[in-house]
Amino acid sequence: MTVDRTGTPLVEMRNVSLSFGGVKAVDDVSVDLFPGEVVGLLGHNGAGKSTLIKILSGAYAADAGEIHVNGERARIENPRDARRYNIETIYQTLALADNLDAASNLFLGRELTTRLGFVDDARMEAETRAIMGRLNPNFRKFSDPVSALSGGQRQSVAIARAVYFDARILIMDEPTAALGPQETAMVAELIGELKKDGIGIFLISHDIHDVMDLCDRVSVMKNGKLVGTEDVGDVTDDDILGMIILGKKPERAAA
Amino acid sequence: MADAANEPGQVPGAIGPRRSFLESLEVDTRLLGMIGAFALICLVFQIWTGGLLEGRFLTPRNVFNLTIQTVSVAIMATGMVFVIVTRHIDLSVGALLATCSAVMAMVQTQWVPDLLGLPLGHWAIAPLAILSGLVAGALIGAFNGWLIGYLLIPSFIVTLGGLFVWRNVAWLITDGQTIGPLDETFRTLGGIGGTLGEGASWAVGLALTAGALWALLSARRAKVAHGFPVKPLWAEAAVGLLTALGILGFVAILTAYEIPARVLERDAARAGTVLPEGFTAAYGLPLSVLLLIVVAVGMTVIARKTRLGRYIFATGGNPDAAELSGVDTRLLTVKVFALMGALCALSAVVASARLTNHTNDIGTLDELRVIAAAVIGGTALAGGFGTIYGAILGAVIMQSLQSGMAMVGVDAPLQNMVVGAVLVVAVAIDIAYRRPEVRREVLRFFGFVVAPCLALAFLVSPAFIALIIPAGLIVGLVFYRRGGA
Ligand SMILES: Nc1ncnc2c1ncn2[C@@H]1O[C@H](COP(=O)(O)OP(=O)(O)OP(=O)(O)O)[C@@H](O)[C@H]1O
Ligand SMILES: [Mg+2]
Repeated sequence: MTVDRTGTPLVEMRNVSLSFGGVKAVDDVSVDLFPGEVVGLLGHNGAGKSTLIKILSGAYAADAGEIHVNGERARIENPRDARRYNIETIYQTLALADNLDAASNLFLGRELTTRLGFVDDARMEAETRAIMGRLNPNFRKFSDPVSALSGGQRQSVAIARAVYFDARILIMDEPTAALGPQETAMVAELIGELKKDGIGIFLISHDIHDVMDLCDRVSVMKNGKLVGTEDVGDVTDDDILGMIILGKKPERAAA
Repeated sequence: MADAANEPGQVPGAIGPRRSFLESLEVDTRLLGMIGAFALICLVFQIWTGGLLEGRFLTPRNVFNLTIQTVSVAIMATGMVFVIVTRHIDLSVGALLATCSAVMAMVQTQWVPDLLGLPLGHWAIAPLAILSGLVAGALIGAFNGWLIGYLLIPSFIVTLGGLFVWRNVAWLITDGQTIGPLDETFRTLGGIGGTLGEGASWAVGLALTAGALWALLSARRAKVAHGFPVKPLWAEAAVGLLTALGILGFVAILTAYEIPARVLERDAARAGTVLPEGFTAAYGLPLSVLLLIVVAVGMTVIARKTRLGRYIFATGGNPDAAELSGVDTRLLTVKVFALMGALCALSAVVASARLTNHTNDIGTLDELRVIAAAVIGGTALAGGFGTIYGAILGAVIMQSLQSGMAMVGVDAPLQNMVVGAVLVVAVAIDIAYRRPEVRREVLRFFGFVVAPCLALAFLVSPAFIALIIPAGLIVGLVFYRRGGA
């Protein structure tokens, strides 16, 4: 269960900052992630969690700071670059094209094609049925546009998309926010499986219990700044709550 | 056997309510509505121009004319679908058509003969002219797309500016002169001046039918191969049969339009031969219509079967999602507008060839006709939805309305008013169809605005009865169908 953190980290974000106008959404934050590790990102609303991971996924370009992947400096200027480093993201806003069906969304940007170079809808639907059969066996709406899906169904499409393409680094921004208990359990199980495969996961969640159960370490943010990063084994729920609300590091760790 | 094989493909638990006849066919109900509206318009004008059998509206001659009048707008409307699907608009297509037409006219009458020294009438003149028009159109379109995609200037502004700029660039290129007569080969793309004749028309018709049936069959095969649910075999056959009948019926009408004897005699005299006794020949499929068919098939393939098309629709549905999925939406905008520009050039070929000259006012107001065709054809201005066949059908419907009204003697200003009103009413029906919450308001709109206007129009010119009947029937159908659902 313990993660080996002696080698090179899978990802390292060093002293990353990004402002929107006058708002310092991310202010000199450094986090890292090792193979087979789940790092939870916690913080109040507007703390800067989504902005931080969007820098990693190429949606935003940082004003300052560096990203290293497998120890090497990585240039991530757009989502295509991030995909090249096998970074996959489940966005909080899900980022689905409502007018397209599940398969078209799952393969968006990476369509399977026939030998003639045309998109192979039948094969993509077959693959989608296969992976959805694993992630959400109740899913049936393969030929409807995703606008016809429930929030949870949409979420499972977004999760399937991130998992399908052999991610090395997976970013999950509140992946279980719209899921029922059964589907949430499925995601927890999935995270366990991906960990075993040596995939590193950043998990953003507001549910402290979830985080304590699933994560190896937690990084807490407040007002764009990193409060601290702790091993879940070393802290209690109350310590974490104190970090989120008061922005104070736990006594023991500070000592 | 194929039918039995797909039964297990039915997704377990997905047993829906019993499906109606139309649902089993799985054809777009919107398409059916448009075909119905079109059929009604034809029927009413046919009766109005002399009765069901004697009427002048559905004669081969009129169908032929209607077809060649529609081509130019229809070609551009297919491109406008992509523009509107990506949440943009192009107000400059008419002006762009004029610039392309001016470039092509100058190339074939002056630049190539003067600079390359090719004699007028040389075979290479028409291809060179068309090529230069296409390059000009694509470049101007790409420039528009760059301003929109990379500088983030709204497309409405860029193309509104473009409307002023390019129409006057056309004027500058030609010094405001009418340029012509255009090259003889070039003019064959205008319509009546270049037709396939009977044999080749049937060959094209049969090839198209075979292609359509093959497409249906291979789509079904792919589904069966993966064990997906497919529609019943009889429904597939019915769709195939209707498609085949539509294509071949259209060819039959066009080949029934015979070349008048005096034209044949004149051509024979020019060729120095004598016409055999009782010799007849038919016009058949015009080259311009063949061009439209090629464009329609090509654009449909792009929309449905290529990554470019997938990205166009994804971007229209959710630009952020497309961007986050790695679609380069800026470059995509450039591509979409470049394609639109190239299609404007093709339309310019057809339009100027039909007029046999380049004129200053060529394509004036075409931007509005093109947008209207795409919108009547079901392209949503909010983006993400639209079909190529819908836009073409929209262009056909508008042209038949206009021609029909002209035939029954409605004055030109009134014709334009009707076309404008039809655009708004068509969208109102569409919205009522998609958004149940506004259905009551739309009904009121029909009761208090549309109906009185139609009554007034009827007083002005009894010919407007031609519109009242189809309008009433369409509205009734839409609300009946939806109300029952
Ligand atoms: N595109 C943007 N433009 C301007 N300001 C932004 C933008 N995105 C985020 N912000 C601001 O940056 C700060 C951090 O936002 P962010 O979305 O990263 O918070 P978060 O920690 O993910 O919050 P939540 O838990 O609510 O998802 C907030 O103050 C927010 O208002
Ligand atoms: Mg967030």
